[in-house]
Amino acid sequence: MLSHLLFEPLGDASVRHSLAAVLALALSAGPIGVFLMLRRMSLVGDAMAHAILPGVAVGFLAAGLNVFAMTLGGLAAGLLVALSAGAISRATKLQEDASLAVFLLVSLALGVVIVTIKGISVDQLMTFLFGETAAKMTGEKLAVIAVNATISLAALALIYRPLVLGCVDPGFLRSVSRSDGIAHLTFLALLVLNLISAFHAFGTLLGVGIIIIPAATARFWTRDISVMIVLAIASAIVSGFVGVLFAFHTGIPSGPAATLAAGILYGASVLVGPVGGLMWHVFPGRHLEA
Amino acid sequence: MTAQLRFQNLTLGYDRHPAVHHLDGAVEAGSLTAVVGPNGAGKSTLFKGIVGAIEPLAGYIERHGVKPEEIAYLPQVAEVDRTFPINVYDMVAMGLWRTKGLFGGIGRKDRVNVERALQAVGLTGFERRAIGTLSGGQMQRALFARLLLQDAPVIVLDEPFAAVDAKTADDLVALVRRWYDEKRTVMAALHDLELIKATFPRALLLAREPIAWGPTAEVLTPENIGKARRMCEAFDEEATACAVPEMA
Repeated sequence: MLSHLLFEPLGDASVRHSLAAVLALALSAGPIGVFLMLRRMSLVGDAMAHAILPGVAVGFLAAGLNVFAMTLGGLAAGLLVALSAGAISRATKLQEDASLAVFLLVSLALGVVIVTIKGISVDQLMTFLFGETAAKMTGEKLAVIAVNATISLAALALIYRPLVLGCVDPGFLRSVSRSDGIAHLTFLALLVLNLISAFHAFGTLLGVGIIIIPAATARFWTRDISVMIVLAIASAIVSGFVGVLFAFHTGIPSGPAATLAAGILYGASVLVGPVGGLMWHVFPGRHLEA
Repeated sequence: MTAQLRFQNLTLGYDRHPAVHHLDGAVEAGSLTAVVGPNGAGKSTLFKGIVGAIEPLAGYIERHGVKPEEIAYLPQVAEVDRTFPINVYDMVAMGLWRTKGLFGGIGRKDRVNVERALQAVGLTGFERRAIGTLSGGQMQRALFARLLLQDAPVIVLDEPFAAVDAKTADDLVALVRRWYDEKRTVMAALHDLELIKATFPRALLLAREPIAWGPTAEVLTPENIGKARRMCEAFDEEATACAVPEMA
């Protein structure tokens, strides 16, 4: 029974590709999600996921179902939005969330205008963007996801210190180094890269779930950032695997399945997680002596 | 005596309104100076100017032999995110940034230094504690440990002993004295006049305009303090451009 559930799907090349893709995606999405959360940017990540959409649409219009065209389109749109929003909030007094909201709306509007001019039905495009993309994992998509994960991990290692210090004590970082700006912009670029990967694996709308939810889950289990990153990766892998296997057995898209799995892990953590979990509020135990 | 910092007709402020107005003078290398004045007198603004966090509206600051980022700075309200999942050891070790930078490894010698810094502020045994679990006084001790590791020739402290208990203040004052003995240049904004008279050889009394600057006993006279108290704190939105000429 268990072997039927777990191993039978492995006979399918698309499933094998999906599982490998989940593994690669989780390795980079875990830390990206943790830093998004610690920088209080989880919603920014969510907004950015929609901002790459018009770029992907343009790629699709230019070259059809070509993975690389859609990746490049999404990358270009995402980087443009992320970097201009980041740069504008740094150069002016406008808060980053406000400037991101502006860019998000403008880029979405632009996407719709392009689509309309090109004369493709919006329905068609929307189905493609939110629909079955997830189930069909090709070797090309897997390659893109693996490359993105590799770049992300290498770049994260390079900017890890300013990224951490920029969260803990931004004033101190500014007083000892000028690296905070470049670290932040690099981080935004990595976010876009991972959103593209998540889009290929789980569709645009829900793909971002595999980045954000595991990080929020990990927060309930540890007060140490390294452990938090490891737990976020583990939780992303489990959710992703569950999503892919569920999709294989039931035919529901893997995006919602993986997001729900991540949501269940999150819900359980909210209840019993040792760091601020609800259970410890309700049954705190007798106070200690010192 | 050589000057470590020299202010030339320095005006610092925000949106053209001066918070420090026409300050002239020098901070000698290896001196220990208290910066005194009522709230809104420009003490924090002066420190921000010294570390290069804000640009002068007029005049300039000469920093002899140090770059702005080599000046250790403890802001009045540290922007520390106490909820961030990092332990005391890692947070204090960030003081090694100047020698380690982005990628430098932390070796055995550095670990000894971190442990010594923690010991000096009385936080031995707190290494693995998350910073969110520290009390206000313990946090201030941790920030001082980080300052120790910065090993900076110039140190500016903005109200470092506000909101800490007497024991903590005593321990931290001892560190300030140690820095003075080590010939570092230290400036600190303070309100405790007794402490200043006992510990700080020099004082700068500021009330937007410099009121007095020199040996502490000559600066903190009742006349001077009265003068500083009469300072008008609010910016005048209708103020016209300052008529004092810029120097070349």
